[in-house]
Amino acid sequence: MARSPDQTDTLLQIGFAALLIAGIVAPLVAYPTFLMKLLCFALFACAFNLLLGFTGLLSFGHAAFFGGAGYVCGFVVKEWGWTPELGVLAGTAVAALLGFAFGSLAIRRSGIYFAMITLALAQMVYFLALQLPFTGGEDGLQGVPRGYLFGLIDLSDNMAMYYFVFLLFVAGFALILRTIHSPFGQVLKAIRENEPRALSLGYDVDRYKLLAFVISAGLTGMAGATKTLVFQLASLTDVHWHTSGEVVLMTLLGGLGTALGPVVGAGIVVTLQNELADKVGSWVSVIMGVIFVICVLAFRRGIVGEMQALGKRLGISE
Amino acid sequence: MADDTILETRGLAKSFRGFVAVSDVSLKVRRGAIHALIGPNGAGKTTVFNLLTGFLQPSAGAILFNGSDITGDKPAQTARRGMVRSFQISATFPHLTVLENVRVALQRKRGDSFRFWRSERVLDSLNERAMQLLAAVDLAQFAATVTVEMPYGRKRALELATTLALDPELMLLDEPTQGMGHEDVGRVVELIRRVAANRTILMVEHNMSVVADLCHTITVLQRGAVLAEGSYAEVSRDPAVLEAYVGTAND
Ligand SMILES: Nc1ncnc2c1ncn2[C@@H]1O[C@H](COP(=O)(O)OP(=O)(O)OP(=O)(O)O)[C@@H](O)[C@H]1O
Ligand SMILES: [Mg+2]
Repeated sequence: MARSPDQTDTLLQIGFAALLIAGIVAPLVAYPTFLMKLLCFALFACAFNLLLGFTGLLSFGHAAFFGGAGYVCGFVVKEWGWTPELGVLAGTAVAALLGFAFGSLAIRRSGIYFAMITLALAQMVYFLALQLPFTGGEDGLQGVPRGYLFGLIDLSDNMAMYYFVFLLFVAGFALILRTIHSPFGQVLKAIRENEPRALSLGYDVDRYKLLAFVISAGLTGMAGATKTLVFQLASLTDVHWHTSGEVVLMTLLGGLGTALGPVVGAGIVVTLQNELADKVGSWVSVIMGVIFVICVLAFRRGIVGEMQALGKRLGISE
Repeated sequence: MADDTILETRGLAKSFRGFVAVSDVSLKVRRGAIHALIGPNGAGKTTVFNLLTGFLQPSAGAILFNGSDITGDKPAQTARRGMVRSFQISATFPHLTVLENVRVALQRKRGDSFRFWRSERVLDSLNERAMQLLAAVDLAQFAATVTVEMPYGRKRALELATTLALDPELMLLDEPTQGMGHEDVGRVVELIRRVAANRTILMVEHNMSVVADLCHTITVLQRGAVLAEGSYAEVSRDPAVLEAYVGTAND
């Protein structure tokens, strides 16, 4: 019953090493554009999971950070001629600031009220994206140049772009892992587990939640800004509440509160969308809905969560 | 004189949408004492705790801790002042290990709890102290157990260790022995007696032999107001108290 941290650590390290290698060789066997999309959503889901899985906050407005950062990045790169890394940085920073604003307004509420406030705020961002003069309205911001990384490396080459995206993903993922396993992460888990108790131990719970929210929003922005560079497009789809819902699905499907779950969940959802889009058209949404229901009813811990539970049980019976 | 009183309430009252849960509670807790708050179910004991620790805001009245007015303080603030509570329903962090439960309490005073870029390994320096606290409640051998897997009595003991980790000046215990077997009760009583040596304890307790055994002063609440106050001998002879308890003999 007692878990052995060393064993879990080694297993995790092996898992991460395998993933790292897979990420490096992947573009040799699969379409880089598809992989880049996958990585963007995987980072998005991981950032979301930091909030839902490790802090216990259900935000229904993360599309605002994902899509909003996309617009910011697209704008500074296209209109002001910023280099791609600065574009991503700008998107990340604005998303973090936006996260600070959203968080400050929403965090005093809990549960469904928190979700509703984030949703309402995100809808305002959607409206702005539709109406503002420089966002391209229904068409979005098109023809964003990928440009030259640090002014040197031509990112219109798909392989170069892929490794840039992969690097960003690894950096974001590493930051999330560190956050989970930091003194701060311990407090987050305590808050998720029992908020009144955390309060009674003297922790200003709201400030911890706010910082978690800002980190999550910032990294979500990083994912969204990167996606804009990949597809050379900042679109309304990414700020739409659909996207906020999709990331919930990815996280739950893969395994809430597990490090790798959101990556797996994003992988499955993006793959399905890619495979099914031209075969079944808008039925994709229905299929996603069915998957969601099955996931919630039959395996609530998500794929990675169920696998971990299984592993534990096997470990015990030994 | 003032220095002798660690906690004082003046005319404390709380109503929930017209329902008066606490109507007029004035009490003084003497520094170094073990003070019991007793009364029938629904008398308002837990509500008083919630008011003292900022989980609820009083409708009227004032709270003084070490002479300063703390009415309106937030829960986390009261804890940092040195008044730490436990909960009537056992409050642990179920999916953290037993060791982590205690450590997360010890961690606060390090002041690095916002550092999300540091490894949690820095917390290992707290393990020794955490193990001492666990040993004090006989939980040392369960340090690596995930808390949710422990029986209720042990969780209560863990909660006590977590509260003690903050080394509070004033400890508020809401029914610390509730749901425990006979042996566990004896152990907790001894533990409370031991840790009371250099702090003050205000506790809600239904088990009268525990109260008689431990507490110097007893305040009896009934329907939100103070009915009697004094030593166990005094209070247990008080006709009003006897009547209150006979009136709710099913307690
Ligand atoms: N948040 C609340 N909203 C409405 N009524 C409440 C609330 N909290 C407590 N009450 C009511 O106030 C009264 C006092 O409750 P309290 O929990 O303080 O009693 P208690 O003395 O701790 O009882 P017990 O011995 O059963 O724990 C009860 O009638 C209860 O129903
Ligand atoms: Mg009570």
